[in-house]
Amino acid sequence: MENTELLINAVYVLSAALFIFGLKLLGHPSTARRGNLLSSLGMLVAIVVTMLDQQIISYEFIIVAILAGSAVGAFIAKKVALTEMPEMVSLLNGVGGLASLFVALAMILAGSAIDTHLFVIVLVAIAIGGITFSGSVIAWAKLSGKIPKLVSSGSTVFKGQAIVNAFIVLAIVTFGTLSVFYPSLEVYVYAFVALCIVLGVMLVLPIGGADMPVVISLLNSYSGLAACAAGLAINNNLLIVAGALVGASGIILTSIMCKAMNRSLTNVLFSGFQSVTTSNIKIEGEVKPMAADDAYYVLEAAQSVVVIPGYGMAVAQAQHAMKELQVLLEENGAEVVYGIHPVAGRMPGHMNVLLAEADVSYELLLEMDEVNPRMEGFDVAIVIGANDVVNPAARDMEGSPIYGMPVINADLAKNVFILKRGMASGFAGVENPLFFKDNARMIFGDAKDTLNSIIRQFSE
Amino acid sequence: MSFIYLSMILMLAIFLGFELIRKVPATLHTPLMSGANAVSGITLIGALAYAGNDNVLLAQILGTASVFLATINVVGGYMVTDRMLAMFKSK
Repeated sequence: MENTELLINAVYVLSAALFIFGLKLLGHPSTARRGNLLSSLGMLVAIVVTMLDQQIISYEFIIVAILAGSAVGAFIAKKVALTEMPEMVSLLNGVGGLASLFVALAMILAGSAIDTHLFVIVLVAIAIGGITFSGSVIAWAKLSGKIPKLVSSGSTVFKGQAIVNAFIVLAIVTFGTLSVFYPSLEVYVYAFVALCIVLGVMLVLPIGGADMPVVISLLNSYSGLAACAAGLAINNNLLIVAGALVGASGIILTSIMCKAMNRSLTNVLFSGFQSVTTSNIKIEGEVKPMAADDAYYVLEAAQSVVVIPGYGMAVAQAQHAMKELQVLLEENGAEVVYGIHPVAGRMPGHMNVLLAEADVSYELLLEMDEVNPRMEGFDVAIVIGANDVVNPAARDMEGSPIYGMPVINADLAKNVFILKRGMASGFAGVENPLFFKDNARMIFGDAKDTLNSIIRQFSE
Repeated sequence: MSFIYLSMILMLAIFLGFELIRKVPATLHTPLMSGANAVSGITLIGALAYAGNDNVLLAQILGTASVFLATINVVGGYMVTDRMLAMFKSK
């Protein structure tokens, strides 16, 4: 092996070690930031040492591309609101997929895919990259609601969708095979690329809003696998290791999300959420609304309070007001914790980031399994903009569409306050018997306004 | 043989990834995902060889585009992850 090549590969080993160590430090909030820094250092040395590669003869294009990419990346990272992290991650998933697709395509055009089995690997890289790219763009459109006319945030299902998809897959295989046998005819490769992009759109379109956390996680995994496949194609160890780490991460998150919704991945991917609202179970009792002022008297006497946030909290931007109320309650001698369901929000860990932004200590953010066993001990459970994740029907109403899904048992607390705009049902479109329980009170209105008026009562 | 050797690395990396990421607490799952975005920008080092070689113009253009896109992932991913992680504070 040549000297520079040896050096490059030695530095790659160091980079891989830094990526791995960085991930290890991500195991705790107190070391996570250092972990991210180590990981970025690994990336930097890998990029710098790769510049020594003998194949690189001119640097103009590279420098311009890196400068432009850095500017765009830094701009987005600074500007994005943390409520919009799901959109940003989706978009970056897509960008990563497209980058891998371009590398693989460049390899074919440069004539480096010399034998059949290498050509097949390159095609696999193109396929994963293409599906990741277009799938992520659709996921982003659904999340941001930017193009509601074209892409509904719910599931888009039409007749014969399965047959159309089967035809697309068949066409992909056909053009893939043709391009392997006639590598000089680039038109087959282009058709292959186009069809993979179409397939990505078709795969994500039928998936509904409630399942977005699963889809983002899965596409996150694909973007890693695309890098991995590109690594196999261009014979690069570091691409394989880093891509595999990302792939594994996405797969783990996907499975956590699926478990938290009590659904299998196949169920999420291939069936829009069935609109089963025809359950013949009657919900007994009546909804009892309450004014924010009355909530104050209960909270003032409370010794322990659990807050259960959902996506509605992010929409109302109520996390800062909640933090203010938390401080007042603590000064009043009460214990305040937060109970966070794995699929609360629109991506894994979304609520945690928003609460961290509002300066809530991460030690107070408890997982569902930590908060449920002690639910009976809480004087008040405050549900902010969450619905399905606190629905007791999941526990005791066989036949309910969400039956079997693990939920936070807010109904078992002594008092439950539900901060909600109106009586609309959640993402899943399921009635929530929690609202009809004897210990439940609905406080209608904007969550932020409600919290602020309770805060005013406290300071008077 | 080279393909078998690379598959071996792939397999080991996947197992290692599973073990490491299982230990990441739920509270850090969003930064984990944006950090994963940054790491997937590793494609950049594969793209450099094409962006810096003018043998085939179209391949060079694709390579350059790939460098641009992957850099967005690397810089954007690491920076936004750092921004989030800085907010996670203890009492």
